[in-house]
Amino acid sequence: MADFTADDHVDITDVVCPVTFVKVKVALDVLEEGQLLTVRLADGEPVQNVPRSVKEEGHQILKLADNGDGTYTLVVRKAGE
Amino acid sequence: MAFSNEQLERYSRHILLSEVGVKGQKKLLEASVLIIGAGGLGAPAALYLAAAGVGTIGIADADEVDLSNLQRQVIHTTPDVGKAKVQSAKETMEAINPGVTVKACRTFVDASNIMGLIAGYDFIIDGTDNFPAKFLINDACVLAAKPFSHAGIIRFKGQLTTYVPGEGPCYRCAFKAPPPPDAVPTCKQAGVIGAMGGVIGSLQAMEAVKYIIGKGELLTGHLLTYDALKMEFRKIKLPAYKDCAVCGEHPTILAPVDYEQKECDLK
Repeated sequence: MADFTADDHVDITDVVCPVTFVKVKVALDVLEEGQLLTVRLADGEPVQNVPRSVKEEGHQILKLADNGDGTYTLVVRKAGE
Repeated sequence: MAFSNEQLERYSRHILLSEVGVKGQKKLLEASVLIIGAGGLGAPAALYLAAAGVGTIGIADADEVDLSNLQRQVIHTTPDVGKAKVQSAKETMEAINPGVTVKACRTFVDASNIMGLIAGYDFIIDGTDNFPAKFLINDACVLAAKPFSHAGIIRFKGQLTTYVPGEGPCYRCAFKAPPPPDAVPTCKQAGVIGAMGGVIGSLQAMEAVKYIIGKGELLTGHLLTYDALKMEFRKIKLPAYKDCAVCGEHPTILAPVDYEQKECDLK
């Protein structure tokens, strides 16, 4: 993800719903508005649901890239409170 | 404070809620609630507050678990009969959530000790079963400027209200003084349907949680009544009473007072 400089990164490929999104929420909580979080997530249920949940909380999704190994990388910009 | 993986999983259903989230769960973990009475109301309240991760929970009661308690006091089990209620409650709460600190206080709450008991807690839950205790808790909370949840249950009926200092009437504004002894039976004499404690005590826990996370509307200024036979909830507006003896403009109650209580009610 050379085109984005992330402020933090979280890997949620080792957990299942709903801890997937919970870990993303916790990671976003400590960032400032406008900062970027990259999330490594698995294909299937996580890639279907986590980006949608992130959007529902008002954050901005900048990119969702297929890593070609069954995982994706999501780039999120944190919204204000 | 960062959450451990165990905490993330345990509290995931809270953290997912936008009204709770990471910040709300942290507030719960840092909060303290005192539950007075480990009976029909206190049992479900204590279970839900422990499960919710309220960091410090005090529980005060002088009694021992009696077989006749088990029909509604779901925090105690048959092997607990004869054990101090606060000890039995503490064991169940710690089994549900080892991450919370439970302070068991085996004492009959009266005017001599209540101010010391409630000091240091963020929110108080009145889970007692008699009018003198309810007025005592009200007066002490008003005097100490502590928010609290009042509730009462009997037969198929229950009621509750929430007092927050400066934000509405107190229990005494509405009810003035305890009824004469024998005018109203206690649930010991009259009976109470077991699930009533579950309904109303859970609502008390809900008020405590909402107060702690600072979301939604509390029952301040309102009395919620529940009639299980009619399956009716009513939310009645409670006006502030400017001549209230404890929270009015010219209070006459300046320290907690004990009302007379019949011998049989004390057991």
